[in-house]
Amino acid sequence: MCTSIVEIVEAKGATKHGNRWFSLSHAVVTYDHPQYALLDDAILIDFVNRAQGPGARTAVELTLESAKALHAALSKAIAEADAEEGERAERLEPALA
Amino acid sequence: MVYESMIAESLSIQGHNGEWVSAYSARPLGAGPFPGVVLIHHLPGWGEFYREMTRKFAHHGYAAISHNLYHRVGEGSADDVAAKARAEGGVADAQVIGDTEGAVQWLKNQPYCNGKVGVIGSCSGGRQTFLYACNTNSIDAAVELWGGRVVQAADDRPAKQPVPPIDMTKNLSCPLLGIFGNEDRAPTPEQVNQHEAELKKHGKDYQFHRYDGAGHGFFYYHRPMYRVEQAQDGWEKIFAFFGKHLAG
Repeated sequence: MCTSIVEIVEAKGATKHGNRWFSLSHAVVTYDHPQYALLDDAILIDFVNRAQGPGARTAVELTLESAKALHAALSKAIAEADAEEGERAERLEPALA
Repeated sequence: MVYESMIAESLSIQGHNGEWVSAYSARPLGAGPFPGVVLIHHLPGWGEFYREMTRKFAHHGYAAISHNLYHRVGEGSADDVAAKARAEGGVADAQVIGDTEGAVQWLKNQPYCNGKVGVIGSCSGGRQTFLYACNTNSIDAAVELWGGRVVQAADDRPAKQPVPPIDMTKNLSCPLLGIFGNEDRAPTPEQVNQHEAELKKHGKDYQFHRYDGAGHGFFYYHRPMYRVEQAQDGWEKIFAFFGKHLAG
């Protein structure tokens, strides 16, 4: 590796690779040389299932600017989702009480 | 017209701890003797580019072999396997040294090899080429192409790469050719300066060529980083260097 930038998180969910869906175990985020995108370096995101071997992988290669935009979009969507989950919990609380 | 022919094939060799790892070799047909070249693949994996590069050496009259440093990571397409290797922090330096020694010895044992072997690698493989050349007495020449992390930052000491190769310079065992782009960020020109200063300090036989208008990976003709003029000159330097040091 040329950058040493590697971040790994456990991930619960699923991804589609070709015509096949598979469950995720981890997401790996790096900044290094892409395989396909015409860039010297890129934010690389791999959604993988480690138990299923190297081929259980959905890969994304993004420019740094696109990665920042994705990060902002994720943050916004997550904040809205958190708010909605909070409201739902409040609605359920009286019923539970 | 001169008749040309070569054979290129996959095979297995014994590497670190005697374990079997996959490899790809190419050589001209005929008795030889041919000088040997071991190729250490780059971060993007043991893929098509390194197979083409292996055949390029065969085209130029060398017996060449490229071993799969990611063999133990698993089976799959080169980019998937490389992604898994990257997530695992790459491969351990000790394992790289053992596997490369296995490839060198395999070549030396072939009846068509003249007994002289050089090693070449780019990117992470450039670092590993220098690393290996500082940990063996088995080779006659080494070519480091823009080796990233020969110089490692003070906080960059992962368990798999615990010692920066620059700290091993005093043990470099053969002539070294280094090729770098002045617009590279890994290694930066300042890191190449440190690398060169250490080689000078220890009186090593080396030559560095640094190219303006080129960054990282400027031999990769399938990538936007390709720089044709600098790459052509770099290849001429490589064949002149190996021609001098690997002649039988």
